[in-house]
Amino acid sequence: MTEMKTLRSIAYARSGDKGNSANVGIIAFNPEGFSFLKNYLTVARVKEYFAPLNPSDVLRYELPNLYAFNFILEEALGGGGSQSLRIDSQGKALGQALLEMPIEISLEEWEKCSRRKK
Amino acid sequence: MNEIIRIGNAQGFWGDSPGAAARMVHLEPELDYLTLDYLAELSLSIMASQREKDPQLGYARDFIEVIHSLIPHWNQGSRVKVVTNAGGLNPYGCAQACVKALQQGKTRPMKIGIVDGDNVIEILKSDARNVDYRNSQTHESLENIVDQLTTANAYVGARPIVQALLEGADIVITGRVADPSLTVGPCAAHFGWSWNDFNALAGATIAGHLIECGNQVTGGMSTNWTSVFDPVNIGYPIVEVKHDGSCVVTKPGYTGGRVTEETVKEQLLYEIGDPSSYLSPDVTVSFLSLSVKQESKDRVCVSGATGKPPPPTLKVSASYHNGYKTEGMLTIFGLDAQIKARKVGEIILEKVRLSGFVLHRTLIECLGCNDSVSGVVPSNGQSKECVLRVSVADPRKEALEVFAKEIAPLVTSGPQGVVGYASGRPKIRPVFGYWPCLINRELIKPQVQLIQS
Repeated sequence: MTEMKTLRSIAYARSGDKGNSANVGIIAFNPEGFSFLKNYLTVARVKEYFAPLNPSDVLRYELPNLYAFNFILEEALGGGGSQSLRIDSQGKALGQALLEMPIEISLEEWEKCSRRKK
Repeated sequence: MNEIIRIGNAQGFWGDSPGAAARMVHLEPELDYLTLDYLAELSLSIMASQREKDPQLGYARDFIEVIHSLIPHWNQGSRVKVVTNAGGLNPYGCAQACVKALQQGKTRPMKIGIVDGDNVIEILKSDARNVDYRNSQTHESLENIVDQLTTANAYVGARPIVQALLEGADIVITGRVADPSLTVGPCAAHFGWSWNDFNALAGATIAGHLIECGNQVTGGMSTNWTSVFDPVNIGYPIVEVKHDGSCVVTKPGYTGGRVTEETVKEQLLYEIGDPSSYLSPDVTVSFLSLSVKQESKDRVCVSGATGKPPPPTLKVSASYHNGYKTEGMLTIFGLDAQIKARKVGEIILEKVRLSGFVLHRTLIECLGCNDSVSGVVPSNGQSKECVLRVSVADPRKEALEVFAKEIAPLVTSGPQGVVGYASGRPKIRPVFGYWPCLINRELIKPQVQLIQS
């Protein structure tokens, strides 16, 4: 049986800009969370989630040593820096936005993934 | 030689807390180096506008206030050295202002190292027709914007900083250098690393990356911010770097904030690209071999960075004039606030159109209704309060002046409950396009000059 949780319950995040592209770092609380997200938090899923921002492409890099992923949302900032008309012209809110993503996960697995490292 | 070198950062960007440097030196009298980072991607274009008005400017004037605040510490015996990119477009002018401040403050004679040679605007302009410079993000040719270029600066590495320090500089003032190089420079000078000690250089680059944004590694910006201890007194970061390039990230005692594996990992991931090859002018760094371990409270050890030779090119941040922009805000309170706010925004833009201007770009945002990340996180539309933000850009300044005058009238002609119009008409600002590209590093010849106070 799967449950709906949010990404926030198993990971933390940080985001910022490089010109007109943004990066969102996602860090799982623990190795179980990293394994789950390796399969779950795919490029396709992240691309669909951020579709309203119109990224030209999404790249995913894995950092297994940190239980982390780095997502690049290419050309997603409406011009970026000084050109973008958006209040978040530098992508600072994107980490919080991605942590709101609903995730479908079994209760048993969620209990493992949501444990913070002691 | 000390086995570790302690480097603090007390300025993560131009506009960061002005009292942080003196507070850091007060709390950490034995600190070896203080780094101050003033240059984000587009800071130099702002400095270019300031220099247009006064050729003596073009650097971060706030830095001179920081020097004034450090003078009492130097006069009481502090030996802390300062490494900063506050020089912006005019490191020499910045150094002269710094000398003047030191003389007024009657400090011991101090040497100031000036690092220059990052400005490549003339190279780009004269080569634009022979060399195919392409925007690293859009791949568009430089020829399209070369006539509007305002600044173009290459990210110089740590070598000229090392040279200035080895020649005895107490303060090093640079223009554009890669942010982590402000930390790599003192480490390489202290430990006498060769430029082939790639793992050590990689470690110091990581240390520099971790502290370059100030409080972002000590609890600021963290996901778990609400549980950060004493955020009023948040401490700026310190790295204690060893001869092998590994470091401990920490902060002064008796300060707020925190340094944990979480805060360090978050900052490691901040504004990076491919973690297997983080490019800097000094070394290409892999983050994939890093280990991050809490050693004790507010002390996190970061080790295992691996490095490879840097690329044969340097990154250039260029900027160009691209018209004007402005934005106006009104707060709408009451039933259906979001619907009313959007309507008010549309009316403002329609009035501008009726005055004869079709604005080049416009955006209506309903803040308070999840529009900071518009369309990504759904809003329930039930909020009784909404901040309307209308932003516009156009090559014609006069079109934006018309826009700026059409916002206030909605206080009386719009819905009931429009508040928050006290700051007057919005200011119209120039837009600078950001234009990153690569340049052959052989073309960049950084110069180091020392002057004495």
